[in-house]
Amino acid sequence: MGTDGGLSWHLVDDVRIMLSYHFMLNAVRAGTIVAVVAGAIGYLMVLRRQSFAGHTLAVIGFPGAAGATWLGLATGFGYFGFCVAGALVIAAIPGVGRAGGGPGGLGGYGEESAGIGVVQAFALACGFLFVSLYRGFLSGLNNLLFGTITGITDDQILVLLVAGVGCLVALVALGRPLLFASVDPEVARASGVPVRGVGVAFLVLLGLTTAGTSQITGSLLVFALLVAPAAAAARLTARPVAGIAVSVGLAVLVTWLGEAVAFFSPFPIGFWVTTFGFGAFLLATGYRAAADRASRRPGARVLAGSPT
Amino acid sequence: MTERPVLRAPDAGLCPAGAAAGSGAVVSLHRAAAAVGGRRVWSEVSLRFSAGEFVAVLGPNGVGKSTLLKAVLGLIPIVEGRVEVLGARPGERNSAVGYLPQRRAFDPGVRVRGTDIVRLGWDGHRWGVPLPGRTARSRAARDRVREVIALVGAERYADRPIGQCSGGEQQRLLIAQALVRRPELLLLDEPLDSLDVTSQASISALVQSVCRSEGVAVLLVAHDVNPILSYLDQVVYLAHGGAVLGTPEQVITAETLTMLYGTPIDVLTDRNGRLVVVGQHDVPPDHRRASA
Repeated sequence: MGTDGGLSWHLVDDVRIMLSYHFMLNAVRAGTIVAVVAGAIGYLMVLRRQSFAGHTLAVIGFPGAAGATWLGLATGFGYFGFCVAGALVIAAIPGVGRAGGGPGGLGGYGEESAGIGVVQAFALACGFLFVSLYRGFLSGLNNLLFGTITGITDDQILVLLVAGVGCLVALVALGRPLLFASVDPEVARASGVPVRGVGVAFLVLLGLTTAGTSQITGSLLVFALLVAPAAAAARLTARPVAGIAVSVGLAVLVTWLGEAVAFFSPFPIGFWVTTFGFGAFLLATGYRAAADRASRRPGARVLAGSPT
Repeated sequence: MTERPVLRAPDAGLCPAGAAAGSGAVVSLHRAAAAVGGRRVWSEVSLRFSAGEFVAVLGPNGVGKSTLLKAVLGLIPIVEGRVEVLGARPGERNSAVGYLPQRRAFDPGVRVRGTDIVRLGWDGHRWGVPLPGRTARSRAARDRVREVIALVGAERYADRPIGQCSGGEQQRLLIAQALVRRPELLLLDEPLDSLDVTSQASISALVQSVCRSEGVAVLLVAHDVNPILSYLDQVVYLAHGGAVLGTPEQVITAETLTMLYGTPIDVLTDRNGRLVVVGQHDVPPDHRRASA
């Protein structure tokens, strides 16, 4: 992307130069919105062990965007339409609406992985069909799969902002019952939480989030923002509220870093965002392992896994 | 505590017709039947018990012990007869019922603190998130969570991720979760399952002391009566679609169980007072196992 000279080591100036381009300003705006939402929703997705459903929703965005391109519509329609529809399809697979999926609901993958996998394969195949129907425009295919920072319009940002704020408001409204149903579905149901409804609502939020995130990172690299920061946060703290805050913080940081480096380097944004996300995950995993080992040493104070 | 119901043949119904609907009972069933997926699990079950009583539900596998708890919670419909829980229909007063379902342990990867799990029992059913800052309500919640964690003796590991707690520790935290809203009725589904002998004894003692000190009625499903035998007030024995309620001495006898199963059953007592239920050769395998 090295538009103008490249990195000069005067970081403030570099940032100013970067943001003086309207497309970069839009990229940072869009990236920030998407990162905040993906960090928060992603934390709950990881807690609910629905990463596979999340990945599938992201892949479903690809035929949506490809189909919209083929029909000459804005790709945003395709992303949002297909991801939300996909969320409802996945929610209709028996057993998916609840977290975990095991009979006790306390972890382990359920039978529905197979069903979700089939949906994912079909979605990819449809995307491939739409791309070949459209003919040509291979760089467009790359952008759909791996993301781009150029060409985010003001209108797109408005759509992302509305969808993002909507997702966050819905997430706060679901709040405690969503956490309860994610961690302990059976007791939640006995306490009057509509576990199935909460699960479906969460999948729709996840669909909206992946649709928004796909427009920055591409369909295949959604996990850079949806899983890596959340998984890192879960390793750093066992407090749900702090976990969401850390996850959002990491997602925003990773996005800003990725966009800035992508601007000054010849390599694409999807690669950089994913790489920084992976780095954060590795660091958090290393920290967790070290902290657990320290707390297990004889004579160590009882701090095993204490929240940090 | 209360008058003991008269022991009768299961097919005749166990309590006098009017007794089950009487007042003062925490749970009362009158000739009730429950069905799961169209299949009748049990029927003609009549029993009642009151506040502060520790009642165990015993019986062979698949006889509907967990179904009984779910029926009391209103999660499974009653297809026949009458069930009253805390003076209302099942499910209507669940905010006054603490429930610990049958389960495997939390996965080691679950990184949520025990305190948070207990807190979800307090206000996890309320929409939204608590308002930030130290309001009176948030202070009350925090105090109650701390109090109940102390009651079950879980202070030492309550701030650890629950996935990293041992089975007995998790069980204590989950009992704290079930107790946090000061329920009048506690439903525990096999809380002693997969615990070692020491933990079984300490959890049983804990349940009894909570039952006495908080005046909570406890309905506990078990497949082995021996760890809880010395703590119990009453036993419900479910078998072959019927049930018998009474003290362990009344119910776990060769005579009663023979009547319940419809085939000859022996009850042996070892030197330490442990009971072993032994069936005859013509009893199906799952019933022959010493399951009482």
